[in-house]
Amino acid sequence: MTGVEGFMYPNEVGLQWSVLIVLYPFITGLVAGAFILASLERVFHVEAVKPTYRLALLTALAFLIVAPLPLQLHLGHPERSPEMYFTPHSTSAMAMFGYVYLWYLMAVLVFEIWLDYRKDIVLLSQSSKGLLKVMYKVMSLGSDNISPRALHIDEKVGWIVTLIGIPSAFLLHGYVGFIFGSIKANPWWSSPLMPVVFIFSAMVSGIAGVMLIYMATTKLRGRTIDMRCVDTIAMYLFYIFIIDFSLEMLDLIHRIYEADESFRSLDFMVHTQLYIPHIVIQIILGTVTPLVLLFVTQVVKLPEQIRKRIYVISGCLALMGIFAMRWNVVIGGQLFSKSFLGYTTYKMTLVTREGSLVAIGLSILPLFILWALIKLLPPWATEPPTHTAAAD
Amino acid sequence: MNLSRRHFLVLAPAAAIAWKAVLAGTPEQAENYKMSEHWWGMLIDDPKCIGCGNCVKACATENDVPDGYFRTWVERYHVEDEDMTNPQVISPDGGKEGFPVAAEDAGKYFFVPKMCNHCSDSPCTQVCPVGATFVSPDGVVLVDPKYCLGCAYCVQACPYGCRYIHPEKKTVDKCTLCYHRITKGLTTACCESCPTGARQLVDLKNPKDPIHEFLKTHPAQVLKPQMATGAKAYYNGLDGSVR
Amino acid sequence: MNAFKDAGHLFRFAGLFVLAFVVFLLIRGYVVPKSFGQYGHYRGAAIAEIGARPVKYAGHEACETCHTDQANAKSKGKHAHVNCEACHGALAKHADDPAAVTPVKPDSAVLCARCHTATAAKPKGFPQVNPADHSNGVPCATCHQPHNPAIADAGGAK
Repeated sequence: MTGVEGFMYPNEVGLQWSVLIVLYPFITGLVAGAFILASLERVFHVEAVKPTYRLALLTALAFLIVAPLPLQLHLGHPERSPEMYFTPHSTSAMAMFGYVYLWYLMAVLVFEIWLDYRKDIVLLSQSSKGLLKVMYKVMSLGSDNISPRALHIDEKVGWIVTLIGIPSAFLLHGYVGFIFGSIKANPWWSSPLMPVVFIFSAMVSGIAGVMLIYMATTKLRGRTIDMRCVDTIAMYLFYIFIIDFSLEMLDLIHRIYEADESFRSLDFMVHTQLYIPHIVIQIILGTVTPLVLLFVTQVVKLPEQIRKRIYVISGCLALMGIFAMRWNVVIGGQLFSKSFLGYTTYKMTLVTREGSLVAIGLSILPLFILWALIKLLPPWATEPPTHTAAAD
Repeated sequence: MNLSRRHFLVLAPAAAIAWKAVLAGTPEQAENYKMSEHWWGMLIDDPKCIGCGNCVKACATENDVPDGYFRTWVERYHVEDEDMTNPQVISPDGGKEGFPVAAEDAGKYFFVPKMCNHCSDSPCTQVCPVGATFVSPDGVVLVDPKYCLGCAYCVQACPYGCRYIHPEKKTVDKCTLCYHRITKGLTTACCESCPTGARQLVDLKNPKDPIHEFLKTHPAQVLKPQMATGAKAYYNGLDGSVR
Repeated sequence: MNAFKDAGHLFRFAGLFVLAFVVFLLIRGYVVPKSFGQYGHYRGAAIAEIGARPVKYAGHEACETCHTDQANAKSKGKHAHVNCEACHGALAKHADDPAAVTPVKPDSAVLCARCHTATAAKPKGFPQVNPADHSNGVPCATCHQPHNPAIADAGGAK
């Protein structure tokens, strides 16, 4: 119960959705974006991004496993969450979550990874020992058929799965946008553009995330970064970023021009409490700066070393900007009264169930899961660290 | 209100017997009360409100509303210099203990009691992911505390700020229109304790309910009609500055 | 036939799905409350449970069955439409067993002022006074009978 300025309805003073709900669309966004990057190679045959294909899939899986955790932690009764599967309410955007999530996790991501790794799994189950061997055996589902015909079938089926996966990734994240966009009571959220903005910002964050992870893991393994690959990713990042930025600006300009009953309230908020997270971090630092930087790499021929640095900087800024965007949507949407007569404040706690420590923990957790996944299912073919280029 | 006194005279002996059943809980509801015969709502005769806060107190007592949260509350509007877009609104502790004395000749003042509007197209029940909140067959928006996840999506979806997460139960809580009372022939706690008759429980399915005549003869309105929620809390004489 | 054999592992994966789905349906049948869907997409039994919550305000009809004198006095005056518990508070326990709870007589200095303190925010026609000026500290009940507050000589309290 912190500072209130003006008038809030008395039940509105405390925020309902905390930083964990900020994290949730951020994480699912990374999943959707990473998957779409992976599908570039698979469906659209962008050969240059091939070194990131498996890494992108594993990244998507690692983040998808973590995605429901912030939601669980936020619920008043986490033990009741299975109700969402047992009695999903057909008119609720949120009820979809369970099913879209499971569909995406099992039918798309796990299945595609399994198909793609099946040959490796079978080979690993033959070469490894002990518990690991058992694990690989289980993962192979007891089938060691890696005849060329079987692998050919896997390839075909995998292509179809990816094809289904693209709209599924859109669905997964588009519906997250719809959860907010469909709330007519909240003018900061209520917008048909919301799902589209969410999808494109998801692609930006996912592509930037995988690009950074690729560069970091390659560096850590002491290999050279495949510049053709990173250049291509950066190009896609740039173009999708432009679409994302245009959509967000369209939304903003539309609001300013229409200036409906909520405008004065929202405008005040953007100029005060949300000024730093919205104008400075999201728009100037998190969007315009990386856009300009990426634009420079597109039009000027820069040496490799500088390009790499620019990519790392703009990737980090983009991630920060997208996180700020989620923050501004989720937290910003609760700072003003639905009476449009006042504002409340949000103060993050440190060690509570919905505090910042938990949030930081949850954002690091996927990286550990990714590390474990990489150990279990190496995305790069060359295990002994002797060869140069990392490619599969 | 005269009506209820006549009721009493006719019903007196019966009322005494029925009283035991009221305290006992469900039996009477199960036997005499038919959900399909009612469609509950509320009439708020705004110019009658004196901002005493009796309704807020009664509600908190009747329903064990936790401190700092409100199933009903009273707002005091102050419209200065005819600027209807910028009203000064206060609701200290939901108006439970009344309001500070307002200065004379400083513009227009008035009170507005607020509560769940028991919308028939309620945006809150629409978004509940599991079916833990619903419009009952007699038109009351209820929460099932044994089924609610506490996701707070409905709190976000209510345009009127009528819902909250119960700090101990960790489930959503809100006005039940005193469902445990109205199904036993009583009125709500807020209506029972309103000294001026500014709040009246209405049954829109009862052709004899005075609400029908009232709505025909008075300029009534619901809150935020642009939200198209099918609100059933009708306000008489509501000022245009009220949100 | 060969194609079928080479796709065998896919059927294993599909089998897992079917198995999970069957398990899900079994658990669902067991877990979902019986009354769910009785009236709509919710637990029907919840309605009766909410309806069974205890009543704390007895309602004026219950009061009036015993306190006929007060009810009569009140019905003649300006407080005719003010229900008993608006001033006396929630007394269902007393109504249930009069011996169990003895209602406390409200302090008129606080009680009357709650409604009748003059403020520009109140409707103009509502009787309101500045308590300090109005009685110079003399308790309200000295002049006004709370159940019928009009002062007979003056022809009504304003």
